[in-house]
Amino acid sequence: MDTQTPMLHFNGEAPVGKDFKTQGFNFWSFFFSGLTGLATMLILAMLAIILFNITLNGAPGLSWRFLTSSADQDMFDVNKAGVLPMVVGTSIRVILMTIFVIPVGVITAIYLTEYAHSTSIWTRVIRGAVNNLAGVPSIVFGLFGLGFFIGFLGSHIDDNILQSAEPKWGKPAILWASMTLAVMTLPVVIVATEESLKAIPQGLREASLALGATKLETIIKIVLPQAMPGILTGGILSVSRAAGEVAPILFTGAAYYMASYPKALTDQFMDLGYHVFILSTQSPNIEQTRPILYATVLALLILTFALNIVAILVRAKMRRNMRLLGH
Amino acid sequence: MAETSVPKLTVEVGTKAPVGASSAAAPALIETKDLSLYYGQAKALKEISMTIKEKNVTAFIGPSGCGKSTFLRCFNRMNDLIDHVKITGDVKIAGHDIYGPDVDVIELRKRVGMVFQKSNPFPKTIYENIAYGLRLHGTKNKSDLDEVVEKSLRGAALWDEVKDRLHSSALGLSGGQQQRLCIARAIAIKPEVILMDEPASALDPIATAKVEDLILDLKKEFTIVIVTHNMQQAARISDYTAFFYIGELIEYDVTSKIFTNPSKKQTEDYVTGRFG
Amino acid sequence: MGLHRGHKARPLEWLAEKFIFLVASSAILIVFLIFLFVVREALPIFLGKMDSSSLQEMVSVEQMEKMKPAELQKLLDLTPKEYTELDKETIKILMEVKIEEIKAAPKDKDADKNTTDWRYMLMPYQWTNYDKPEYIWQPISQVHKYNIMPLLIGSLKTTIVALLFAVPVSLGAAIYVSQLASPRLKEWLKPTIELLAGIPSVVMGFFALIVMASVLKSVFGYESRLNALVAGIALGLAIIPVVFSIAEDALTSVPRAYTQAALALGSSRWQAAWQIVLPAALPGVFAAVVLGFGRAIGETMIVLMASGNASIVSGSIFDSTRTMTATIAAELAEAVFGGHHYRILFMLGTILFVVTFLSNLLGDVIIHKLKHKMEGKH
Repeated sequence: MDTQTPMLHFNGEAPVGKDFKTQGFNFWSFFFSGLTGLATMLILAMLAIILFNITLNGAPGLSWRFLTSSADQDMFDVNKAGVLPMVVGTSIRVILMTIFVIPVGVITAIYLTEYAHSTSIWTRVIRGAVNNLAGVPSIVFGLFGLGFFIGFLGSHIDDNILQSAEPKWGKPAILWASMTLAVMTLPVVIVATEESLKAIPQGLREASLALGATKLETIIKIVLPQAMPGILTGGILSVSRAAGEVAPILFTGAAYYMASYPKALTDQFMDLGYHVFILSTQSPNIEQTRPILYATVLALLILTFALNIVAILVRAKMRRNMRLLGH
Repeated sequence: MAETSVPKLTVEVGTKAPVGASSAAAPALIETKDLSLYYGQAKALKEISMTIKEKNVTAFIGPSGCGKSTFLRCFNRMNDLIDHVKITGDVKIAGHDIYGPDVDVIELRKRVGMVFQKSNPFPKTIYENIAYGLRLHGTKNKSDLDEVVEKSLRGAALWDEVKDRLHSSALGLSGGQQQRLCIARAIAIKPEVILMDEPASALDPIATAKVEDLILDLKKEFTIVIVTHNMQQAARISDYTAFFYIGELIEYDVTSKIFTNPSKKQTEDYVTGRFG
Repeated sequence: MGLHRGHKARPLEWLAEKFIFLVASSAILIVFLIFLFVVREALPIFLGKMDSSSLQEMVSVEQMEKMKPAELQKLLDLTPKEYTELDKETIKILMEVKIEEIKAAPKDKDADKNTTDWRYMLMPYQWTNYDKPEYIWQPISQVHKYNIMPLLIGSLKTTIVALLFAVPVSLGAAIYVSQLASPRLKEWLKPTIELLAGIPSVVMGFFALIVMASVLKSVFGYESRLNALVAGIALGLAIIPVVFSIAEDALTSVPRAYTQAALALGSSRWQAAWQIVLPAALPGVFAAVVLGFGRAIGETMIVLMASGNASIVSGSIFDSTRTMTATIAAELAEAVFGGHHYRILFMLGTILFVVTFLSNLLGDVIIHKLKHKMEGKH
């Protein structure tokens, strides 16, 4: 070996690093690093391809008229189709859902962070239940909606409270679809709220308590206002997820065609995602339907994606503000 | 002690008449008898018995982890917030056992205020920070609130610096100003005792001096108990000093005696810097 | 000092606390309810109490009138409640309809088999007009064939394809983002990849059906346009955010001290990542795969739209296939409420619930243990 300077020999053996010149090109490190970089790029590329494909093919059909008129003439004619009823249906069910999911989710998160003893069994069971709820398949939620809300609650109301022969509440309805979705997105709200509650420094709570505030007063006046961005994020994320879900509403209220908008809680409704599903799988002439299909998909994607991005931005800003608070 | 430019105003926050000089003849306000505290199985405080004199400044000194902050937090029952804490013995304030079964902790904390080591103003305006405690306990009238806010800020020697920006965020104040705001917030609800847990340890020397001057002023109206790891600070501002070591009260006496002629060797070793 | 008002002075506070506790416990209640109501509909199948056989023997009107009410009710396929509510006239009409039915039924030797028996649901059987024992799922037919093996295999096939695609890609990206990329790059790479999760599954299914299917068919040149491969890859794309997110978190939680020690000894960033960080993060990575599995096997819309929906048993990923989730979604609307088809679909739902419950439990337990280990160390 060539050395410029004498190197220390340990036990008479050559040291591991012979000299300070580069060992040469480490092929395998480069290769595998490159592979991981490729994997990352693959994911980004797929994301880009999907978004571009849908945008390019859907944009031509996505006119103002398309979004704001209903499709009661010809569903399959790109010049006459409109998705207003679907947009309305999706919006109503999502709004109904937030009415249920936000209070329950926020209160559960408050319990888990502010009141629960971290070592108690009951707390762990609640957390376990929330985690499991997050993993239940969406179609099973649909079955639950059918079996519980419609088959149990709904028919109970029909039989015992209303005593009507005709099923009024015991059938697919926008109320049941919304509640099914509320149950499904509950973990999203809980996790987002908990995250923002945990980020509030304990010192603020102590300062309030030391002034003689009760725990509830501290939570309502100091903690919750601070946690608002996180709660908002959770709400937006749950809305974004729910707007795109189709499996849970398949049997709980979505319909392919309704003559009018849902006016009562017991009405069925049209839905963007469901419409995409039907158009994709049951069109008589797929070539003719393509432009409408793409436009509908784009409309749905804009809705869910835009909401998702808003939620991420709100969360990022919130994290930055927390860091500035310095506590 | 450093000369500062903080104007020495008489503190009129309370409706009590100004009290005479602090002296050994002052009545005892807080009394503890054989107070012990356990975190689970670990004994953090060992049978501490002492009395805190009214309208005096009492300092708790000792090395880190000796229990002085834990002991302080017994007086306003902030230790209740921690799981697995057990307390035996008595703590009496103005003759009332504060750990009694029918004691309302909320009322207690109105009478025994606290200023923390790390200043923790609420992310609200300066005005709102002080008004928070007042609103909690019933004051609603705007002119009443205005009046008390001004008095508290004057009492904390902060009024001149912030009177033009009462409605700007409290987080925009410097560290020293924030701590004085926390003091103003605490005195606004007219407690009888103010507990201070190392209030100046996070501040620069000039801000520290301001806070120390403030404490000397405040003792005319309030009974002050201050935990500090800075012996010189204790010597400067306190009337009585208690020295703690590993959960035990080693010596408690008039400040001048503790620092010039302590009775116990441990105390002498600590104040002369041989350990800690 | 006026301290003595005590606990009872603040009833509102106490009430509020109890209320909050109640609401929080509703999460447990909901999970329990889901299990209860799904299993409830499937219970008769599990207990073997359903009978899907159709009678072959001719029963005359006179014989029917001589039957005990309970027998007649069963013969006419009515629930006890329905039977008591109908009047004599209607029952007579129903009897006549039944006779017509029996007359019209083809003489199939298997018609008297209770196909909801476990033997027929799990084992292959040689049905009429078949030349060897097969696993057949064909609810809509004279003899209802309820073998669930094709569906189980379908679910597993698509899930395995999804995992084979998603795990290496997600893991590679996770290693890159967590260990090799610069902090600035990392800051926008992570959220961008997680953006993939914002694509609704119906849109992913649409994309697979319309675009990916054609592309893959022209690349590989196989027969069916919609098959396990197409569905599997689309499914893989859908679970990439899940696996990536958790794996990346696990890799990032490994103390930087390990990496720095390795680098100080002269290893490259890749060697440090592969030999030191990854083994340390293995539990978290394993949890990521388990949770990805749970997500994939429970996914409905993508497989419904892109797998071809043919319930056949085949080892090839180029064949059209049918999953449990797609079966429920496609067939529930047509199943008679309370009938055997309906209940078997709920049984599939129960299986799905239990499988995902267990895999989620496993994944969470691993992550929980990991967190404890990490917190214990520092």
